[in-house]
Amino acid sequence: MPHDHASDPDNTLDPMTARVMALETALERKGLVDPAALDRIIETYEHRIGPRNGAQVVARAWSDPEFADWLRRDATAAVASLGYTGRQGEHIVAVFNEPGLHNLVVCTLCSCYPWSLLGLPPTWYKSPAYRARAVIEPRAVLAEFGVDLPDGTRVVVWDSTSEVRYLVVPERPTGTDGLDADALAALVTRDSMVGTGFASKPQAAGAEG
Amino acid sequence: MNGAHDVGGMQSFGPLPLEENEPVFHADWERRALALTLAAGALGHWTLDEGRHARESLPPAVYFGSSYYRIWLLALESLLERHNLLSAEEMRTGEVAGPRPAPHPRQLRAESVAGVLARGGPADRPAGDSAPRFDMGQEVMTRVMNPRGHTRLPRYARGKRGRIVALRGHHLFPDKAAHGDRGAAEWLYGVSFEGAELWGAGAEPGLAVCIDAWESYLEPL
Repeated sequence: MPHDHASDPDNTLDPMTARVMALETALERKGLVDPAALDRIIETYEHRIGPRNGAQVVARAWSDPEFADWLRRDATAAVASLGYTGRQGEHIVAVFNEPGLHNLVVCTLCSCYPWSLLGLPPTWYKSPAYRARAVIEPRAVLAEFGVDLPDGTRVVVWDSTSEVRYLVVPERPTGTDGLDADALAALVTRDSMVGTGFASKPQAAGAEG
Repeated sequence: MNGAHDVGGMQSFGPLPLEENEPVFHADWERRALALTLAAGALGHWTLDEGRHARESLPPAVYFGSSYYRIWLLALESLLERHNLLSAEEMRTGEVAGPRPAPHPRQLRAESVAGVLARGGPADRPAGDSAPRFDMGQEVMTRVMNPRGHTRLPRYARGKRGRIVALRGHHLFPDKAAHGDRGAAEWLYGVSFEGAELWGAGAEPGLAVCIDAWESYLEPL
């Protein structure tokens, strides 16, 4: 649940804030952490790395068949060529949606997620509910996201049990011929790259179902 | 271990906690808990898998009763104590007796953060003379096993018939890496199971679930 402590600075600290502050203080006094390094880590994951990275990868795959082929064969190298490397993205596998085939990513054992491409995972991805249900009733899970797949669609759920991180390449929406890479990337939602959504349709094609 | 973390297939958690325009963090302490976990991990006293095992070892009532970052924090505290980096009293009070020690030789400095995060920590290791035992498309059976220590073979996928769909490489073996053996590595495979094999006749039609499985999790059929 959201919390907002910024408005009551004079009150006693809540227990979690106090506990983390004490731990940070002790770690700093022992020479184990550099508080400025903590700020850099937070800045990186709150503001620098997020789903726009993955969206660039997908947009490139949609518009460049050679890149798409590389992404299928060796996604780690393909995404590194766009500058996306690093922690929780050391080994990437891209799985492609197509008519009749829908991919969904989960980590039932913890919360493995392709940080280098999508940033930190949202709460629902980390929740016991998603982790428990995605492997046994993915269609029911997808329905909660408003995603309804045609009968007969093969649903493949990728449980991230190793250091391999999965990126779903959603289907390219219709009505996007001629859009440039930035316009295409703007259609690629975070959820579409986890498999819990579709790519957005372009505004101008609003009449299409 | 058969811990509370291994939730795949459970049915009692209710609807997903979806939130419109969700922020990256919901409280400032969550920011610090994430950063402290990464910075303390960079000291090199434990592996990623030992860190995971510390979270998995929380009693189920604590695990399910804790928010995500509270689980991280509890595990970090236990790791720091186990590795004699901080005492429980020091963590509780923030007070450290005696003169300020010199910085730890592997303390993560602010100027190193960008490089360290961009490099990450690849988990693949040279295979040497080892050749993979299984081929693409081969049918395999996952082992029935209930190790007391860390494993990445989820309970729902034990003793199940599957098919090799990918050869992922030769990767560090978490079952050993979590318990002090940092060098052990095995071939890693993508293994696909049909829904009915995992869940029986009531499985959703057209479902397949793929896990990544290390070679010693698998037996030939």
